[in-house]
Amino acid sequence: MDKSGADRGFEVARLPGFATTAIIVFVALYLPIFTLVAYSFNASTSLAVWGGFSLDWYAKAWDNQQVKDATVRSLIIASFAAVIATTVATMAALGTTRRRAFKGQTFIYVMINQPLMVPEIVTAVALMIVFGLIKVWLTSVGMGALTTGLGYLILAHSAFCIPFAYLPIRARLEGMDLTLETAAADLYATPWQTFHRVTLPLLAPGMIAGAMLAFVISLDDVVITEFVKSGGQDTLPTYMLGQMRRQLTPEINAVSTMLLGLTVVLLTAFFLLTRKKT
Amino acid sequence: MSPAEQSAVTSSARNGWLLSAPALTVLIFAAAGPLLIVLVYSFLSPGQHGNVVWEFSTDGWVSILWSKDIFSDEWALADAHLAIFWRSLWLSLMTTAFTFIVGFPTAWFIATRPPKERALWLFLITIPFWTNLLIRTYAINEVLRKEGLMNTVLMGLGITDTPVEVLYTQTAIFIGMTYVYLPLMVLPLFAAIDRFDMKLLEAGYDLYASRMQVLRRVILPIVKPGIIAGSILVFVPSLGAYVTPRVLGGGKQMMIGNFIELQFLQGKNWPLGAALSMLLLVIVMVALLVYVRYANNGSSHG
Repeated sequence: MDKSGADRGFEVARLPGFATTAIIVFVALYLPIFTLVAYSFNASTSLAVWGGFSLDWYAKAWDNQQVKDATVRSLIIASFAAVIATTVATMAALGTTRRRAFKGQTFIYVMINQPLMVPEIVTAVALMIVFGLIKVWLTSVGMGALTTGLGYLILAHSAFCIPFAYLPIRARLEGMDLTLETAAADLYATPWQTFHRVTLPLLAPGMIAGAMLAFVISLDDVVITEFVKSGGQDTLPTYMLGQMRRQLTPEINAVSTMLLGLTVVLLTAFFLLTRKKT
Repeated sequence: MSPAEQSAVTSSARNGWLLSAPALTVLIFAAAGPLLIVLVYSFLSPGQHGNVVWEFSTDGWVSILWSKDIFSDEWALADAHLAIFWRSLWLSLMTTAFTFIVGFPTAWFIATRPPKERALWLFLITIPFWTNLLIRTYAINEVLRKEGLMNTVLMGLGITDTPVEVLYTQTAIFIGMTYVYLPLMVLPLFAAIDRFDMKLLEAGYDLYASRMQVLRRVILPIVKPGIIAGSILVFVPSLGAYVTPRVLGGGKQMMIGNFIELQFLQGKNWPLGAALSMLLLVIVMVALLVYVRYANNGSSHG
């Protein structure tokens, strides 16, 4: 398209009030978040009055053992869930792309995307029931020791992280050049060598991107964790949800801001990582 | 097909299944399989203190709409339940409509930016989309509270003398859901508008159409698949919302998601909770099937 054409297109595409609405939407989208972040630096105890800049609430949050425990728990669960989800999603992506369509492939797609379709609250109560039954059974066969621990939360998180890990990996695989692998095979590389030395390094950015999305999704989960966790297994989001019933202090803002910061860093990295390939 | 080719196809399919098996195992065990148990539970009898008794009963399903009188044992229409369903449906529809009204101009604005700027505007919409839903809901809570930003501004401008109490009302849930689900409307709308050929607008104006006519007769019909995708992406999570009504509705303004929780965590009636979960799942699946059918029809036409 030449320049004059583009310019004319722009004039034509202008609709009255649209740009104003859009700007209001962007302001409305960010203003509440900025307010939340700003009040985390408030020296006053009240959320209502601005008492000057202070890092007190960060220090308080840092000293709060519950916050510390919840943070560590969140990070452990998210790391395990991201690694498990990325591993099985990579295998599934290798199994469902770059080969002739086979019987049952649709079933596999539906299964992988299923966590995106089912309302979270439904999965949450379903897991609460099933894990409850398993725990009762384990106790009855004398393996009560296995009824505690983070394994249940890690399993639940791994499952709903799979579609998020799968999508970027599959996109990467579909965009990959087959000739390199063919060349490796022509040079007498075994299928394993080809995979290990050629496919895997090419796939790595997709896997890292998938793992980061899975990590963020696991870190943010409230509903499923709230129903699956046993007593004293609060993650950062469920701890915050519990606190919101009580007297609110800017400490919650400080915790939110830290979580927000971590998410934004990961997302920006994801954004740069996936953009680089084009 | 030669026998060799045939065996290659078979082994390719087998490898496909083998490679997908670990993911399928995790998903069947911790996502899809448990849903079947919920279905079973919806046909059992409630236990004394929560949980279930293994006796077949359809009471769980019947109590979705009717409740049994504790004295006369007669079933009567449960007004409280109907109020919750009606609220869920109404708030979800309102949220869908309003996110469209403000989301369409936003998507249009992004799609008509110069290509270099476009990625940045899109990124700005995507960040809230990936940001913790609880944090965003809490941010809205802070804005709406009695001493919050909204009231400070309203009273500062002299629009009102007494703080407007919006928090813990349906309006608060509506504002919160619109806020948290807006990116889900903007992203598919943007995808549809991005493919829209702006030359059609010139054609429309050349034929003396007004802006309103061009919008209604040219733009909206063509971006319809994006409108439907966005509406379903907003409607489905709104209907099953749990966090937003809990934080902004303050426990009084329940939606289906909170009603389900009430049946389980307060140990009141697990079969009813299970039946409600299944009902919610069916509604969501129907909405998605309608979308898939529509999307397929749409693509075959052009």
